[in-house]
Amino acid sequence: MTTPLIEFKGVTKCFGDRTVLNKVNLQIYEGQVTTIIGLSGAGKSVILKHIIGLIKPDEGTILFRGEPISGMKRAQTNSSLAEMSYMFQDNALFDSMSVYENIAFPLQETTNLKKGEIDRRVKLRLEQTELSEAANRYPSELSGGMQKRVALARALITDPRIVLFDEPTSGQDPVRKNAILSMIAQYQRKFGFTAILVSHEIPDVYFISNRILALYNKDIVFQGTPEELEKFDHPFNDEVIHSLEALQKELTGLYSKRQFKAMNQAQLSQRHLRETYSVAIFSIEELQTIINELGHDAAQGALHCLGIYIDKHFSAIGAFSTRRNSNEVVTMLPYSNLTEAVKIMDDFVQDFRTNGTTEIWSVAQKHIKAGKSVEFTVWAGLAQGQPATEIDSVIALAKSQQKEIGRLHCAAEE
Amino acid sequence: MATDTNTQKSPEIDAKLQLGIMLTIPFSFIGRQVIRWVNNLGAATIFLCLALIKTFRSKQLPKTVSQLFYIGAKSTAIIMLVSLFTGMVLGIQSYHALIKFGAQGAVGTLVSLSLIRELGPVLTAIMITARAGSAMTAEIGIQRISEQIDALKTMRIDPLKYLISPRVIASIISFPILTTVFDLIGIIGGYVSGVLLLGLNSGVYFHSIQANVEMKDISDGLIKAIVFAVIVSTVCCYQGYFSHLRRDSHGAKAVGFATTSAVVISCVLILVSDYVVTSFLI
Repeated sequence: MTTPLIEFKGVTKCFGDRTVLNKVNLQIYEGQVTTIIGLSGAGKSVILKHIIGLIKPDEGTILFRGEPISGMKRAQTNSSLAEMSYMFQDNALFDSMSVYENIAFPLQETTNLKKGEIDRRVKLRLEQTELSEAANRYPSELSGGMQKRVALARALITDPRIVLFDEPTSGQDPVRKNAILSMIAQYQRKFGFTAILVSHEIPDVYFISNRILALYNKDIVFQGTPEELEKFDHPFNDEVIHSLEALQKELTGLYSKRQFKAMNQAQLSQRHLRETYSVAIFSIEELQTIINELGHDAAQGALHCLGIYIDKHFSAIGAFSTRRNSNEVVTMLPYSNLTEAVKIMDDFVQDFRTNGTTEIWSVAQKHIKAGKSVEFTVWAGLAQGQPATEIDSVIALAKSQQKEIGRLHCAAEE
Repeated sequence: MATDTNTQKSPEIDAKLQLGIMLTIPFSFIGRQVIRWVNNLGAATIFLCLALIKTFRSKQLPKTVSQLFYIGAKSTAIIMLVSLFTGMVLGIQSYHALIKFGAQGAVGTLVSLSLIRELGPVLTAIMITARAGSAMTAEIGIQRISEQIDALKTMRIDPLKYLISPRVIASIISFPILTTVFDLIGIIGGYVSGVLLLGLNSGVYFHSIQANVEMKDISDGLIKAIVFAVIVSTVCCYQGYFSHLRRDSHGAKAVGFATTSAVVISCVLILVSDYVVTSFLI
């Protein structure tokens, strides 16, 4: 079996009389995105601070590549810490330094790189995080979202192999939250680092995570994939996941996958076996092109806009929707057969072409830069199922039936 | 019967016990304060030693020069202003005191020795504490509460090396230089009031300085300046660095309290150590 990159064995941490972690055992594996979820004040950040060495455990052992950190020599500890980078919840940017200086700082202080090379790397990161125009501004002059991106750029400037993100999306609007998560996922794929996140963003965080650790009552009660968490039968699901998902519904208008399945089952259990339902699947193709050309904000903005538009249109007839993955929205029409669903879809397509495309276009257009243009398409597909049919196979059928319902071309105005 | 006796005695015993506890309260309070004070003294000494050890590491020179500019160069104007008026006051006061004995020729000696031995190092240290020391505490304290110091640690940058060491070294270099500036401008201040305003002979004023000021007076003054530099920089940096551990407050308020404590403790220690150093040097 693979040795975990980081392992906690019976870690206990108390602050005064308050026990925050009680004999915690956990494993984090190399190359994965691991997300620690739990309620506020549960001790998620404390776990991250133990990993980076800002806090020492009262009891228990933390292993790094199978070796106890407490038993390491200073040089060994330093070399293991050199592989890590930390993005603080409140960013912890140096407020007396400009954005450029903040990002360049770790390279200036911890490497012997020449000024020209540092400049090249910083400018590249500034460009990747869409901060080129803010390079000479101070953190206090930036919005919360921009500050997050500066913190992200600073965390990634040393090309770390392990990046710890402490609530990277806190204080952000829904579009920006997804933009940051999408950025983390993109960088993780690009640079191949191990990402350890602390997040509340359920279910959005599931789309980018390979593994979820659930912190509940001072202990890790679950370790596994997001799919396994959905089947996890524990009070954690009722007390934490449900409360956080309820918040998500308010923010984006879409249900989580788990809620979607639960609602679907509830609907179908009341139906006769011969009755039919329909499933529609919508997707924005070329999402990566939008990210590359217009940035994460524009891509998430367009997807968010599509989600809201679909929910607004279909919820009126008793349908409910969920985000299936980073670029797809699935809608369940529980009371419609395929013929009715086609009619409803035709109405939607007509309305979408008249109004919806304009809304999405206006979101994307805000982010377009001079001399650049991008074209992307929105696809939709329909399929019919019966209560006995597996919902996943109906979704797959709908996916195979997808056709273009809208094409948008965004170009900078001359 | 025995039970009755016990119940009769117990209120008396309780009262005595309570009296005993009440009597010990001041002692235990003083004891706790002393232990805390000794703990802080030990911690501050270790803090200073660690900062000094890291002085000669790589990439320290630009930071030290930058601190020298802030603590030293930027304090020059205020030091010159204060020293000019201190010298002028000394000139007037000593002239009117010495004229009663017909010894007004010793004004130069009195002004220069007072400044070089005592007032120069002490007032310079107090002025720098007020100007730069308070800023050190506030700056480091804010960096502490906004997790900037933790951020340094996560980047494998030693906060003591990056934040404290340059400030301590810059203080040790700039305090004696500013003290010398204070002494010189103070003597000129004495000249302005004694010679230009009160009519003393210029030659007598400077001759008395030249005849009575010895090299030891100057070196003793500079030794005091170095001692004060170590005290002020250590106290101010220490208070800021550990502002998050204060028991009386948290957050921005803790930084405010830390800054006040830094200035008060520095000023008190300057005066106390002045007496101690003088006793050794004289």
